[in-house]
Amino acid sequence: MKEKPYADPYVAGVGLGLVLLASFVFAGRGLGASGAFTRIAAAVSPANRQLPTANDSWLLYEIAGVVVGGFASALLAGRVRREVERGPRLSSASRLGLAFAGGAAMGLGAVLARGCTSGLALTGGALLSAGSWIFMFAAFAAAYAAAPFLRRAWR
Amino acid sequence: MITAFAIGIAFGFALERAGLGSARKLIGQFYGTDFTVFKVMFSAIVTAMLGAFWLSRLGLVDLSRVYVPETWLLPQLAGGLIFGVGFVIAGLCPGTSCVAAATGRGDGAMVVLGMFAGVLLTGLAFAPLRAFYESTSRGALTLPDVLHVPYGVVVCAVVVVALAGFAVAERIEKRA
Repeated sequence: MKEKPYADPYVAGVGLGLVLLASFVFAGRGLGASGAFTRIAAAVSPANRQLPTANDSWLLYEIAGVVVGGFASALLAGRVRREVERGPRLSSASRLGLAFAGGAAMGLGAVLARGCTSGLALTGGALLSAGSWIFMFAAFAAAYAAAPFLRRAWR
Repeated sequence: MITAFAIGIAFGFALERAGLGSARKLIGQFYGTDFTVFKVMFSAIVTAMLGAFWLSRLGLVDLSRVYVPETWLLPQLAGGLIFGVGFVIAGLCPGTSCVAAATGRGDGAMVVLGMFAGVLLTGLAFAPLRAFYESTSRGALTLPDVLHVPYGVVVCAVVVVALAGFAVAERIEKRA
């Protein structure tokens, strides 16, 4: 099956916003992602039980849904493919190593901040939480500052 | 539980539709070639913000019952900075890495594993971090509280800033 192009970003964004709004209305809370990792970590490591969202099973079901929904969308558009996405100058192994390292750094950042792009930036952004906007600005600023040093990995 | 799963499905579906399961697409944001991240994020924030604002204005939804992420000034500033650097190294964020992994991408799966390792290690090394982690708590602080202006004014301001941002993003993309 031929790959279909991605949706218009504004249309997809409004769709995502309606999902977030539905979550406010029907669940009384927004979306999340890093909290699901905290929840699983707490299940295997006693030291992680002191972190918030350690008992938050809602996020587990939600993230399971994300995996199913993401797969379904890609399947319908012919975009499911085994590959390692990387910059043109990067080997597959280096890309996987960087992916792991970047993921680990985000893990630390998300624990400190008590959330990530989903639970803080999107959810708290829409609810005008001050801390969420601090997180969002800090994350964007740091990403722009780091990007020139990582040119070799992506360009 | 069913609600959580259903909302998750819609969330994952929307992320994949937008192309946010692709690291190369996401990373274009930071090299000025593809502003999908900003466009999707801010149209989502504006949509949900306006929806929540008007539903509560019209008395259809009690917004005070929705959990607002609490503010912890320094941990969220530092966490955001570390997260941003990690994001450019990884090319995906926690939610989008799950989508990337689900659609067959090995790099997505590695971000998921790295994220898990990072959370696990932070938990194990939490004792020296605790004082910082629990500092500068401000509770459910919102931008209207900080700026001492009515909620609706901030809502309007966010809409204006987002629209201006979209216009700038379109101009830069056209040039690139």
